[in-house]
Amino acid sequence: MDMNSEYRKYLSNIKKNNILVHVTRIIILLLIVILWEYLSSHNIINSFIYSSPSKIIKTIISLYQTNNLFNHIWITIYETIISFVLATLLGTIIAIILWYSKFLYRVMDPYLTVINSLPKVALGPVIIILSGANIKSIIVMALLISLIITITNVYSGFVNTDKNMIKLMNSFQASKYRILKYLIIPYNYHVIISSLKINVGMSMVGVIMGEFLVSKQGIGYLINYGSQVFNLNLVFAGILLLIIVSYLMYLMVLLLEKTLIRDN
Amino acid sequence: MNSILEIENISKNYYSKDKETTALLDISMNIYPGEFLVIVGPSGCGKSTLLNIIGGIDKESSGVIRGNKDIRIGYMLQSDSLFPWLTILDNALLGLKIKNDLTKENINYVKKLLKTYGLSEFINSYPKELSGGMRQRVALIRTLAMKPDILLLDEPFSALDYQTRLKVCDDVYEIIKEENKTVIMITHDIGEACSLADRIVVLSERPGKIKKIFNIKWDKKGTPFQNRMNKEFSTYYDMVWKEIDGYE
Ligand SMILES: Nc1ncnc2c1ncn2[C@@H]1O[C@H](COP(=O)(O)OP(=O)(O)OP(=O)(O)O)[C@@H](O)[C@H]1O
Ligand SMILES: [Mg+2]
Repeated sequence: MDMNSEYRKYLSNIKKNNILVHVTRIIILLLIVILWEYLSSHNIINSFIYSSPSKIIKTIISLYQTNNLFNHIWITIYETIISFVLATLLGTIIAIILWYSKFLYRVMDPYLTVINSLPKVALGPVIIILSGANIKSIIVMALLISLIITITNVYSGFVNTDKNMIKLMNSFQASKYRILKYLIIPYNYHVIISSLKINVGMSMVGVIMGEFLVSKQGIGYLINYGSQVFNLNLVFAGILLLIIVSYLMYLMVLLLEKTLIRDN
Repeated sequence: MNSILEIENISKNYYSKDKETTALLDISMNIYPGEFLVIVGPSGCGKSTLLNIIGGIDKESSGVIRGNKDIRIGYMLQSDSLFPWLTILDNALLGLKIKNDLTKENINYVKKLLKTYGLSEFINSYPKELSGGMRQRVALIRTLAMKPDILLLDEPFSALDYQTRLKVCDDVYEIIKEENKTVIMITHDIGEACSLADRIVVLSERPGKIKKIFNIKWDKKGTPFQNRMNKEFSTYYDMVWKEIDGYE
């Protein structure tokens, strides 16, 4: 097909605009880094408290040299993946059970509301005592944060399934199980997938919180340990790693979403 | 002629915390094999309720419906309710799948129906790619797939614009006659009722009772669209309209 020149101009304008946005973003980042480095190397700000980009990099390199870097990163990723997969799976299963029994839902409803509004970090000490100071506590913490919201989201998707489609299934005398299998689950597929996406962020919060409380490993531990020994370089290095890991996890889930949802 | 279904003294009440609604009161009528029965009546008079009871998705408060228990009833709801994640073929096969009746023979029957009614090139498409009229046809085929003896249609054309409606109405009528089904249909459209029906049942305002039954006969019976041109049409139209107009 022959593209007319106005249309081509329109496209190239969009492209130019996109490039400009990217370049501006990078410049802002570079300016911040350079300014930060400049201020601390000329002792305008206290580099002991505010650290500096070069010191952060050095800290990360030394973590790498003592063979700890990828270990810490991996532990945090591992805990997050377990938590968000578990939260989505358990949340969906519990939502299914509640959908089966309206009675059970009515009984559980206020409990869910109360647990949901409770700041979970307050339960930290209890979790440690019950699960021990180990990875189990961290995952329980992350689950607490993301599970209830998953249940609520998925359940409300279930009960808001198109009434006419349910009526259609009833006109086939479909059993509750078949309604679930052939209508409710596929109808709410995207709800379940999108709660996977929400849960990545939530689980990350839970995992870092858990690592603050109990861990001897992971990025949360690095940050917490750094603050305890007043090594701010370590704290900032941890935060930088966390930003990178969060972004990677986000990309991973985006990819997962793309492969799971074939858009019909 | 022997009836295929006998509806005897059906009443239906709905209850909520603060009130009781009588939707249907003492409905009795016979349905005869091969006939096209149309139910009209004011909004909220219980037409859908009656169809739901006949179709077995709602329970009558009192009364009975008699019929051979082998009689199969197919219900085509007002909205097409095609599942967007299933292909047209899978949508048309849904009822059979739910009923565990996906035999090779049945699948071929559905494919044949889709082909006959102009949908063969869309078998592997998804519902959003179809026009409203085509979707309506798929919904009808999904119902026909289970080889029902009696077909219940709740305002099957209401989602369509007037032009399409006349066309789809003819299409659907042809399909139904071809497959030789007994039909009970609800509509708000008097013209539609008169052009399609062998009999028209007029229900009263709520609680719905049978107010009047009209027999529709033509000198030269044609498709619904042709019937609209017949000389008797306006007479029937006026008769039904007067009966319904009495409410306002
Ligand atoms: N599940 C229900 N619970 C309570 N009341 C109901 C229920 N279903 C229907 N009704 C009431 O029963 C009456 C008849 O409803 P129905 O849907 O059968 O009317 P209809 O004749 O089909 O109306 P329309 O022409 O608007 O479709 C209405 O007053 C409605 O409010
Ligand atoms: Mg209705």
